[in-house]
Amino acid sequence: MTIRTVRPDHVQHIRPRMHCLKKLEAIVVEMQDPTSGVKGSEQKLNVTTIPHVITGKDIIAWIVNKMKTPTEEANVFGTMLVAYGYIYPLQNHRKLIMCNDNSLYRFQTPYFWPSQKWLAEDTDYAIYLAKRNIRKKGMLEPYEQAHYNHLHKWLNHKWDFIVMQATEQYRAGKERKKPDRVVFDCQERAYWILNRPPRHTHSAMDCGPERLVDPDEDQIISFDQYRRMNVFFQQAIMRSKVKSSVSLGALVKYITTYKTHDPFLAPCLPSNPWQTDIDAYWTLNMRRVDLPTKMRVERWSFSLFELLTDLRGRDDFKIFLKKEFSGENLAFWEAAEELKWGTASSMRTKAETIFKTFLAPGAPRWINIDGRTMGLTVKGLEHPHRYVLDAAQTHVFLLMKKDTFFRYLKSPVYKDIQKKALNPEPQNFSPAQLEQNAQNRSVGIHPIILWKQEEEEKAKAAAASAPVDVKAMMSKIDRKK
Amino acid sequence: MRSPPIPEMATQEVQLNETLAHLKTESDNLKSKLEEERAKLHDVELHQVAEKVEGLGQFVMKTRRTLKGHGNKVLCMDWCKDKRRIVSSSQDGKVIVWDAFTTNKEHAVTMPCTWVMACAYAPSGCAVACGGLDNKCSVYPLSLDKNENLAAKKKSVAMHTNYLSACSFTNSDMQILTSSGDGTCALWDVESGQLLQSFHGHAADVLCLDLAPSETGNTFVSGGCDKKANVWDMRSGQCIQSFETHESDINSVRYYPSGDAFASGSDDATCRLYDLRADREVAIYSKESIIFGVSSVDFSLSGRLLFGGYNDYTINVWDVLKGTRVSILFGHENRVSTLRVSPDGTAFCTGSWDHTLRIWA
Repeated sequence: MTIRTVRPDHVQHIRPRMHCLKKLEAIVVEMQDPTSGVKGSEQKLNVTTIPHVITGKDIIAWIVNKMKTPTEEANVFGTMLVAYGYIYPLQNHRKLIMCNDNSLYRFQTPYFWPSQKWLAEDTDYAIYLAKRNIRKKGMLEPYEQAHYNHLHKWLNHKWDFIVMQATEQYRAGKERKKPDRVVFDCQERAYWILNRPPRHTHSAMDCGPERLVDPDEDQIISFDQYRRMNVFFQQAIMRSKVKSSVSLGALVKYITTYKTHDPFLAPCLPSNPWQTDIDAYWTLNMRRVDLPTKMRVERWSFSLFELLTDLRGRDDFKIFLKKEFSGENLAFWEAAEELKWGTASSMRTKAETIFKTFLAPGAPRWINIDGRTMGLTVKGLEHPHRYVLDAAQTHVFLLMKKDTFFRYLKSPVYKDIQKKALNPEPQNFSPAQLEQNAQNRSVGIHPIILWKQEEEEKAKAAAASAPVDVKAMMSKIDRKK
Repeated sequence: MRSPPIPEMATQEVQLNETLAHLKTESDNLKSKLEEERAKLHDVELHQVAEKVEGLGQFVMKTRRTLKGHGNKVLCMDWCKDKRRIVSSSQDGKVIVWDAFTTNKEHAVTMPCTWVMACAYAPSGCAVACGGLDNKCSVYPLSLDKNENLAAKKKSVAMHTNYLSACSFTNSDMQILTSSGDGTCALWDVESGQLLQSFHGHAADVLCLDLAPSETGNTFVSGGCDKKANVWDMRSGQCIQSFETHESDINSVRYYPSGDAFASGSDDATCRLYDLRADREVAIYSKESIIFGVSSVDFSLSGRLLFGGYNDYTINVWDVLKGTRVSILFGHENRVSTLRVSPDGTAFCTGSWDHTLRIWA
């Protein structure tokens, strides 16, 4: 059981916006219409008769009719009406849900409706609990008693005032007619269950941490902000835009291309691990498989980005590039990625290595980029920052995308892997087999272990492919002498 | 003959003439002009283009796993790149790493604060990041040793002046992007805790962010309580595009898989699709009967389906092209606070204030 601790008062009691309240309230008002609303009746509660009691199934039927939704959705809507406190249950008052049966509910009085303007204060809660205590000692539930003890400590300086208010309210209550008193007690109880929910009660008033900025306050925009906004608008106006038909066409094309690869739209082979509890789909698509699946190989052909993002595809691409003796572009791209996403402290050394390996005149893996980009990059490397290679990297990527990538797709390397790729049979299991599968879910390999393996492989590959810097070797030998 | 005015004197004159009202009028004019420019290129609606696309069949999506173990509201979750592990964080300060496939809990960390609203799995699978009311984002390296106390190796990376609402690793374990209630987003170097870039422009709490999946990978989108969704250039810190069509707080933003568009979910009960190349909103996913806020959105692998977790405890599945709702899923007993599709698109996970997480497929 957790006690809500009083947070330090930052004078920012700004509840997150409740945009739905206006629409909810409109519907609640309609529901209470004497002719077209939900039909209520009198019900006996203990000894007293209370008016305007409605049943859960009547409410849900009304919602189904009004909002034209199926029963299950209407039930959800009904539950939200209870969770926001517009309707409260008479029996089982701690469960703020709508039951589609003869459970009894009443509309909450507008005085207690949730509103942005005033919050359920701790002082008011203390008064309410004190009043209940005065009426009958030991009537508070354990969680309420815990709140009471807590408030007694925190609001001790106000306690005389609280007791006085509680006594006043108790006396005023006694002067009311019994049915009115019972109704008011129900309403008040519902209000506090909503605003100080016991542990397993899901109340919509429980809405999360407060916001820093008041959403309802008018925003005062300063001189400076206007200036900045205007510059932004001017840039936005000048920026090149694309016709809707072109960009929307591209979105549709993407969906069509990937349709058969989307596990929600087409079955994944051999089966979706979440549905059959067999993880073959993941094992077949691991990072380092000898033979990838046909779907995976097909995906490499969609774009250079796909080919490079799938490290297994990148490996295949490297095999092709090795045959063409043009691996330096990809090596440069990879090195630039490492620079961009690496730690801040490693940037300088990485930039120097990249310069020496790829960009310096006579470098062992010199990349062939246009003079202007080369000039800009080399100049930028004097004061390296993580985006210093962006221009060169983009240039290299575009080169690969427009030329090398298409040659790869037509190459024997790719055609070979396409032929050899696996095409797993779809797995079908009987209910008994599925039960078995569920008992024997494979644990797989922990990502930390896989990561360590990857790092080892990368180190090996780097050592194997590092070009021998003859000059450095010679000077080393010279120095030794 | 009048000599040309000296530059300094000219700017002084201009400055004296610029009143706040003058700037405001200029701002309104520029805004209308931008709308005009956008409208000129708007030659077709999304649903028109979608007419030629075949409709979707019936879907059978069920809860395949229910992960129980959090003692309080689940606020955030993220998938590991291995497609089966997830990290989740909750109101009581607990951050749990699960193997969702076997439902085993593998690691648990107790944060020194409540309301851990953001958590993220590192791309390598070797660490998790989380933060919330402590105004910080901390990185916890994970260990194969079950008995190791993960809190001992914790690294404090980000420092904001108000609550942390979202965090995400970039393409490596070395950088983290964060958003905060203090209205800013920031990019941090994990090793040193150094602030690499900060992003100012939101007028209120920033609630969510998502990194672009594009080949250049240099932009991200953020959504805030100022109803704006902003697209930022990570290199310069500048806001390069901004969209303000929602009527309430934007709780979640997610890029379309190609990186050319993004979806947003808001307290105004709608999800919207924004086309970055056409620079406009192109679709609204809403229904008369849906009036409760969307807490989180994500796309299926192809981008055809948009999943939305709602505050009325349900999940709505939308056909992105046709704009219709294809399915509604029930099961949670309190609001759905977080929703993510797995890295290979085989399932999606929802976290809820009913203390559980569910995997749907």
